Amino acid sequence: MKKYEIALKKPLKPDITMMEIYAPLIAKKAKAGQFIIFRVDEEGERVPLTIAGTDKEKGTVAIIFQKVGGSTLALDALNEGDCLHDFVGPLGVPTNIAEMGKKVAVVGGGAGCAIAYPIAKALHEAGVEVDVIAGFRNKDLIILEDEMKAACTNLYMCTDIGDYGFHGFGTDRLKKLIDEEGKTYDHVVAIGPLMMMKFVCRLTAQYNIPTTISMNPIMVDGTGMCGCCRVTVGGETKFACVDGPDFDGHLVDFDETIARNRSYMEFEAMKKEEHICRLRGKTNA
Amino acid sequence: MPNMSLTKVKMAEQEPNVRNKNFFEVAQGYTLEQAQEEAERCLNCKNRPCVSGCPVNIPIPDFIAKIREGDLAGAYKILSTANALPAISGRVCPQESQCESKCIRGIKGEPVAIGRLERFVADWARNNGVTNLETAPANGHRVAVIGSGPAGLTCAGELARKGYDVTVFEALHLAGGVLSYGIPEFRLPKEIVNAEVANLEKMGVKIETNMVIGKVLSIDELFEEEKFEAVFIGSGAGLPMFARIPGESLVGVFSANEYLTRINLMKGFRGDKGSETPVMHSKNVAVIGGGNVAMDAARCAKRMGAENVYIVYRRGEAELPARKEEVHHAMEEGIIFKFLTAPLAIEGDDKGHVCKMKCIQMQLGEPDASGRRRPVPVEGSEFEMEVDCVIPALGTSPNPLIRSTTPGLDTNAKGCIVTAENGGTSREGVFAGGDASTGAATVILAMGAGKTASKAIDEYIQNK
Repeated sequence: MKKYEIALKKPLKPDITMMEIYAPLIAKKAKAGQFIIFRVDEEGERVPLTIAGTDKEKGTVAIIFQKVGGSTLALDALNEGDCLHDFVGPLGVPTNIAEMGKKVAVVGGGAGCAIAYPIAKALHEAGVEVDVIAGFRNKDLIILEDEMKAACTNLYMCTDIGDYGFHGFGTDRLKKLIDEEGKTYDHVVAIGPLMMMKFVCRLTAQYNIPTTISMNPIMVDGTGMCGCCRVTVGGETKFACVDGPDFDGHLVDFDETIARNRSYMEFEAMKKEEHICRLRGKTNA
Repeated sequence: MPNMSLTKVKMAEQEPNVRNKNFFEVAQGYTLEQAQEEAERCLNCKNRPCVSGCPVNIPIPDFIAKIREGDLAGAYKILSTANALPAISGRVCPQESQCESKCIRGIKGEPVAIGRLERFVADWARNNGVTNLETAPANGHRVAVIGSGPAGLTCAGELARKGYDVTVFEALHLAGGVLSYGIPEFRLPKEIVNAEVANLEKMGVKIETNMVIGKVLSIDELFEEEKFEAVFIGSGAGLPMFARIPGESLVGVFSANEYLTRINLMKGFRGDKGSETPVMHSKNVAVIGGGNVAMDAARCAKRMGAENVYIVYRRGEAELPARKEEVHHAMEEGIIFKFLTAPLAIEGDDKGHVCKMKCIQMQLGEPDASGRRRPVPVEGSEFEMEVDCVIPALGTSPNPLIRSTTPGLDTNAKGCIVTAENGGTSREGVFAGGDASTGAATVILAMGAGKTASKAIDEYIQNK
């Protein structure tokens, strides 16, 4: 197999794709919570994606991505046997699963479940009692249900509109588990949209449950050089690429990162349009 | 008879008001006639003070003599034997504080334009396909070099020449380090960096991109699993420092590293249509700092279309640490210098976007530890600048990836790798140099450190 070859491509949903990339050195080293950076072609931007799993024997690294912008659309246009231009990792500090205690709740939101899943799996394999709370907007958007089920003690599915599982947000389900179902947790891990993580942290702060979140700020180099991914944690500047991406959720300034992540919305929308046009051009030709 | 003109032969440059809208190279280089005229200014002194001012000890009068004789291939041979990257150092060295500062001609008038002559010879060689790729027969010893910036490339080139089997590991997708991500196209065209890297590859140096040492492989694994006999760490300066003032996380605040990386490495200079990586378009830009990186960021901002670009520097013009030529070029291009000005806070609008910066006027007091007069605030002199972009260019602190994964590698309080004069570290077989050990400095000092370490690595392996 060639360097950075797509060994497997599997659409999970119309807008979510799973790929396994041949990168044996990364597969050998990667741990739950770390990320890679890819570039589709010579002109591509550097895009960070959290590692969704590894297969050391096959030498592959799994990534799951939502087709949200130009680069992810371009990535999705590649097929098995094609190669990515660049694929670098494993970056960031692995999730510190050893110190989370005996009972852990992992809350995943939407595509964030792709990252919550390997962390739940690692905890589960380490003998920790893991409750996974997986929230999606609706039934059609659910991914990895079977995989998550196999990687935890209890799986609680939720949908915002209530067409599958619990009707409401993951945060609400967690609150119910603690308040009404007598659950106690030594640690909570929350991964998903910034707003969702913010609300989980607000809840767990009330119960004094230590909470780890995985930040996804805009990055450029991702190796500790440019400083774009800085986040404020407990009043200090930290860099998600080398100090994170995991941080103590009770200390993170979410609003700051939410504002910073909106920096290039117009540019991204334009690039997405460009790619859609290019892809359409391809199909027509 | 030597040319006794008191001034250097002028080098053609793009007009300031033209070049501040494009990314083509500012300085156009000498013609052969100009180079020979300037070469005639060299007195070929017996004691060669210029050579003592050169971190890589180029036999300067010798290569200049060859220019005079019209033997440019001979000049290139001398130059490239002493310096692995002459086209680069000829462009970015602070010659005024190194070789040229020692030139006898500088006592009365301007020193010989050594940098321009170096550049001339290197460009001539590249344009005429002249190379100096001779290497000693392969000796079978393997050396790993971490980082493909000026320190790493120089170390790799020197060792390849001696017959070593050298692999350079680069974290980014492209070789060159700061030469690729930091120094802009208009000062150092990337075509030149690529050509120098290609020459090293022709000498047998292997370059592996996308390899973050400390993550994908540790230094111990380089020895034990990959069977390297020595490792040189030239991993560069690392994470940017900020001014530690309120508002530095607002949208529109970029470290100079980020701003320059977007424009240079990620090709943002081509504009929105030509790059997949966005660069924010700002109207009024304040760059904080007075070094070369600050000048680069300011001049890039101007070229990206900003109307007003300010250099905000807390000391005076005389204290600017940037290369003189860069300051001069920046001024010509319309960069507005706010000397004796210190930022106090950056303020944002309701969307969290920068809208102004609060500053205070400074005055120079007693000299501080660095020997420069310490700036002190003038009470009651606060004022506001209307800006929509702020770029702190305040230096860097070393990247933690290698020190945190290499047991027994000593670092100082700042996190820089502690090295002996020859580049040796506290770990056997591990050498280091450049910004990774000194903290942010210059390209040529990094090249000097790479060259020094290459000698130590050679001795270490030969005596093992």
